[in-house]
Amino acid sequence: MAKINMTPEKTKMPEQNPDIRNRNFLEVATGYTPEMAQEEAMRCLNCKHKPCVSGCPVNVDIPAFIQSVAQGDIEKAYEIITKTNSLPAICGRVCPQETQCELPCVRGIKGEPVAIGRLERYVADYMLAKETFIADTPKPTVKKNKKVAVIGSGPAGLTAASDLCDMGYDVTIFEALHRAGGVLVYGIPEFRLPESIVEKEIERLKAKGVCIELNMVIGKTISIQELHEEEGFEAIFVGTGAGLPNFMNIPGENLNGVFSANEFLTRVNLMKAYDPSYDTPIYFGSHVAVVGGGNVAMDAARAAKRLGAEQVYIVYRRSEQEMPARAEEVHHAKEEGIEFRLLTNPTKILGETGWVTGMECVRMQLSEPGPDGRRRPVVIPGSEYVLKTTSVIMAIGTSPNPLIKSTTEGLETNKWGCIVADEETGQTSIPYIFAGGDAVTGAATVILAMGAGKKAAAAIDKYLDK
Amino acid sequence: MYRILERKDLNSDVVYMKVDAPAVAKKCEPGQFIILRVDETGERIPLTISDYNREEGWVSIIFQKVGKTTYLLDTLQQGDYILDFVGPLGIASHTDNMSRVCVVGGGLGCAIAYPQAKKLFGMGLHVDIIAGFRNKSLVFLEKEMKKHSTNYYLMTDDGSAGEKGLVTKKLKELIEGGANYDTVIAIGPVVMMKYVSLLTKEHNIKTIVSMNPIMIDGTGMCGGCRLTVDGQTKFACVDGPDFDGHKVDFDGIMQRLSMYKEQEKHKCNLFRGIE
Repeated sequence: MAKINMTPEKTKMPEQNPDIRNRNFLEVATGYTPEMAQEEAMRCLNCKHKPCVSGCPVNVDIPAFIQSVAQGDIEKAYEIITKTNSLPAICGRVCPQETQCELPCVRGIKGEPVAIGRLERYVADYMLAKETFIADTPKPTVKKNKKVAVIGSGPAGLTAASDLCDMGYDVTIFEALHRAGGVLVYGIPEFRLPESIVEKEIERLKAKGVCIELNMVIGKTISIQELHEEEGFEAIFVGTGAGLPNFMNIPGENLNGVFSANEFLTRVNLMKAYDPSYDTPIYFGSHVAVVGGGNVAMDAARAAKRLGAEQVYIVYRRSEQEMPARAEEVHHAKEEGIEFRLLTNPTKILGETGWVTGMECVRMQLSEPGPDGRRRPVVIPGSEYVLKTTSVIMAIGTSPNPLIKSTTEGLETNKWGCIVADEETGQTSIPYIFAGGDAVTGAATVILAMGAGKKAAAAIDKYLDK
Repeated sequence: MYRILERKDLNSDVVYMKVDAPAVAKKCEPGQFIILRVDETGERIPLTISDYNREEGWVSIIFQKVGKTTYLLDTLQQGDYILDFVGPLGIASHTDNMSRVCVVGGGLGCAIAYPQAKKLFGMGLHVDIIAGFRNKSLVFLEKEMKKHSTNYYLMTDDGSAGEKGLVTKKLKELIEGGANYDTVIAIGPVVMMKYVSLLTKEHNIKTIVSMNPIMIDGTGMCGGCRLTVDGQTKFACVDGPDFDGHKVDFDGIMQRLSMYKEQEKHKCNLFRGIE
């Protein structure tokens, strides 16, 4: 048994200096060295009751993999993680560990919890860096000779496809865009999740035998019924995410210089507008106001800063405490010089000759908690002021894309347009169709989508085994 | 990768390409569009499907050389490949409740107007076509349009072919002469569609216009193609591209189309080697 490291704080993650990184798109956190990883792994108490595991949506055997790291056996650690998590390099970077696995960590009672996310990332990166990473991919050992289709190549779809492939199914993923990865490639920026990481995970999936068809808009190019009846897919998993941007419906929203966060981030990430050798243009001007308080808002603000905007604001109607973004993202954004205008709500976007020149805002205050415990923001009368800005990015949430719903007769959805699916199995109102991720829950996290993909894969296996 | 089966120049600015895309050909209907990306560093641009053949598995596109991407696309020859080609996107044009139709095409818009006219004429309707171009050298699809219409009227700005004047002049003349149209379909520059719609509104004739705004994904994801219709925000990619011309905010669209004008010009000039 290794000695326990009783340092109350996590081993610090090396990061690029904020004043340098806010001008490049390279990853912010550069990753643990082997020494750092071992030091941090030795902070784990290897608790018998494993509270951390219950906090993980895909039930990674956390203490076991950390013990392997402490012993220096990284390959073993990777094997343990990938028993239940097919995308560890991604999860180690973008999971909200502070509200999941790290929240119940015993070390967190008298100090900081074990840095589970950073260790997961370390293990995955160690393996990804190997030249034989793709070639070493374990192939499925059984063959079921049954075809399953997965719609969407985001975290839910990739996870479901990986598990189904391991079980022996012939899996084809259909992706509407020209690159696989869904929100991992069009939404989350390079400085938080490098594309090369996502690409390697996808290559590995292909090496396992999963087939990926790009440029296929299901519901337009081919319908779900046709996949089932004509193409012989016996079950279908829908992981189409929540890709439709919401707007505030305030005056001036169609002015030039107003974008959905989806558009802004897609131009930057998927289309690489930050790189002059790519053709897709992007406009932001000198001042950028990002409306919203989630991770997407932080991503858009930090990307705008990196593109060269002089002043970038986060405009959010509640206080920092209510912000849905991860604490780490908020912290990083502040370090990089993003200015937070909290308890502020836009009422109108102002423009001259069709272009944004400012945004009229009101100040808000929080009411006493209501029956749901939430403090509602209310307008402070007479507090209107104009924020000078040349562009506005709306990052106030997304809704599920109605394409599948409107082209699949009998598929039940709720009033928000989310597909109605059984919480445990993902099965929908049409027995052969399963669904999971943001398409079912509305915008949530990568790991919850992965958890749903996993459950659905198991349920599809059960359904087809009958 | 999508193979170019045939290409021809319709005039000095406009190119026709037949592309091998069986999945798109199987499903597409007039009024729908595709999105393509020429190469790895290219942008995604929407182009309306001008014709298709389900059995042979091809769709054709007609484009005008206006920016970097269309100039790049123009460099491709028969047998070359387009990297990405996705569709059919958007909602197909409605054809219900029509009997006497006037299809108005302006410039490149004729490429999109043609398949609609062809379909309606094939359904046995009375279809008049008014095709407008700047001058004689830019006229295309004349023979095809004549074949698939009851009457074909050619207009040029300088009178070098057909009659001199704008399409709205001819449309006004026909309406006032008792053509008794129940529907006008106008496809062309935004300003043309605006003035056609203003004219038909006076005469209370249902008018359909086809929008071609800036888009990235074409599936409702980016919201870049939004426009105001009857005071409400719509996405051209999923709610359109066809809209009621009497309800569209054309000035707003013209504004949004100018969004990347400077950057576009710069990239295009760089590509063409123009200072």
